[in-house]
Amino acid sequence: MAPFIEINEITKKFGDFIAVDNLSLSIEKGALFCLLGGSGCGKTTLLRMLAGLEAPSSGTIKIDGMDMHQVHPADRPVNYMFQNYALFPHMSVARNIGYGLRRAGISGAAYEERITEMLRLVRLEGFENRKPDQLSGGQKQRVALARALARNPKLLLLDEPLAALDKKLREDTQFELVNIQEKLGTTFVVVTHDQEEAMSLASDIGVMDAGRLVQVAAPKTLYEAPANQFIASFLGSVSFLPATITKIADGKVSATGSCDITALAREGISIGDDVICALRPEKITLSRGQAAGPNQLNVIIEEMGYLGAVTHVRARTKSGEMLKIMLSNRRRAEADFTWDEEVVASFDPKDAILLPAEAR
Amino acid sequence: MIRAVPRLFIILGLMGFALLYIPALVMMAFSFNAGKLASVWAGFSFKWYGALLQNDQLLAALSKSLLIAGIAASLSTLFGVFIAIAFVRFGKFKGRLLLSALASAPLVIPEVVMGLSLLLLFIAMENVLGWPAGRGLDTIIIAHATFGMCFAAVVIQARLRQFDRSLEEAAMDLGARQPYIFMTITLPIIAPAIISAWLLTFTLSFDDLVIASFVSGPGSSTLPIVIFSKVRLGVTPEINAIATLMIVTIAIGVIAGARLMRRNPR
Repeated sequence: MAPFIEINEITKKFGDFIAVDNLSLSIEKGALFCLLGGSGCGKTTLLRMLAGLEAPSSGTIKIDGMDMHQVHPADRPVNYMFQNYALFPHMSVARNIGYGLRRAGISGAAYEERITEMLRLVRLEGFENRKPDQLSGGQKQRVALARALARNPKLLLLDEPLAALDKKLREDTQFELVNIQEKLGTTFVVVTHDQEEAMSLASDIGVMDAGRLVQVAAPKTLYEAPANQFIASFLGSVSFLPATITKIADGKVSATGSCDITALAREGISIGDDVICALRPEKITLSRGQAAGPNQLNVIIEEMGYLGAVTHVRARTKSGEMLKIMLSNRRRAEADFTWDEEVVASFDPKDAILLPAEAR
Repeated sequence: MIRAVPRLFIILGLMGFALLYIPALVMMAFSFNAGKLASVWAGFSFKWYGALLQNDQLLAALSKSLLIAGIAASLSTLFGVFIAIAFVRFGKFKGRLLLSALASAPLVIPEVVMGLSLLLLFIAMENVLGWPAGRGLDTIIIAHATFGMCFAAVVIQARLRQFDRSLEEAAMDLGARQPYIFMTITLPIIAPAIISAWLLTFTLSFDDLVIASFVSGPGSSTLPIVIFSKVRLGVTPEINAIATLMIVTIAIGVIAGARLMRRNPR
């Protein structure tokens, strides 16, 4: 079966600026797909092209097998939830939700019923006659969601749906959004710059940079097996150690550079390659004296920050690389290191991520 | 902490306001004067307001002024909406700068110059086209609509610039198309600016003396023209009375307009 959304070699130029650069992407039906990237990476432009609010300079978009070229935004089986919600300020909540229903030719009892149903879905019963300026940020967000879902779209596009909410509300709303998506089975495409939001919402994430898709994968894969240094440092915290491969044997790779590293072998790596070893801070342990395992680096602790549940440590290797380490304070003694102390940093070979070295 | 405003500033400020409003207040007070002399108080009376109702000349001028102001304000506002949409929505088009200069020039052109040039235009048009035949209500309306249009455009443009385009995109996304979007979303949201522009252009037209005296003809004297010509023969409390009514009318218009403009739809 063909994927639900097929984006094929799409490019969008604004004058000389290339917002989206020859991008192809398929999204399955019923997915909660997240487009993640910094500001100006083209993610919102891509979303607007799906809605028909921008016309691509070249390339094609198919939704549910239908070519969207020449299809007016009003006629697409798609609805868009704007970042600022774009609620009509002069209309009540009910009329906001009903705006699209009227256009779809729904009236009378069916109209009232659908509005009640949507209000129940977003838990805003009793707010029918409020005006948008009488609602809190979270309520506005839910009205916007109800309005966008009222026409029962095949695809819902959400532009930074949680950005305007405060932190506490964001967490609750996040789970609610996932619940609604699961309940309705509508395909959601969410744009966000917040990596935590993307990780907790999405079934799949597409990371964008400078108008291109860098990697499309499940959140766990992105974190544990990033495709390159950009992804590794964009999602979460990471330390990089440059090295050159010296030996491949028994499913293990040895590399040497500023320090000796042993990692698991993987395809596409051969002897003599320059690589970057990426290490997640929570996967490094510190100890006094020798530790178990092949990866042992002598480091000097430069900074420590005690945060209660965890302690953040910055330590420098003999050759001058900075390592970011996160110690979990499960036992009180574990954080019992001091500044300028010489300790051994160790990590499991399977936690060493080998990335191709880039000219950066 | 609010710092104490120096006393001198307060005194200067109060003097400024006094200069502005005491003359008007004195005039309004004397409109209730029982005596005939405009400068000697002889007790309270409504008699000049009564006399006003008997004065056919002033009443005729008043109704002409209201008619002119009503039609001119409506035309000004209509064209003002078109100008504002052109400037705010059409982006960069050829001659945009020129048009924008042309549209705002009447805000700074001296009224005398504008009145004279309009008079010359009407005379030339009459010679070439045979219309307008002489000067009358129609020429005053055209003149007032012309300069009012620029004021209306400025007021409506300000609102339209603030207008959040994503509202129109949301309407489109929900299945609506133009002109339905304009009628259901854009127009209701900029309506306060439109009403405010109408009130502003109405008052501008209603109290215009200079331009009207250039382009008016026999039998089409507006209220300010009649008052001005009467004052030259001496101020009567009757004039005070009608001037008071004008001030009240215009004040209501201006205050209503300002309130509407301030009302934020978000």
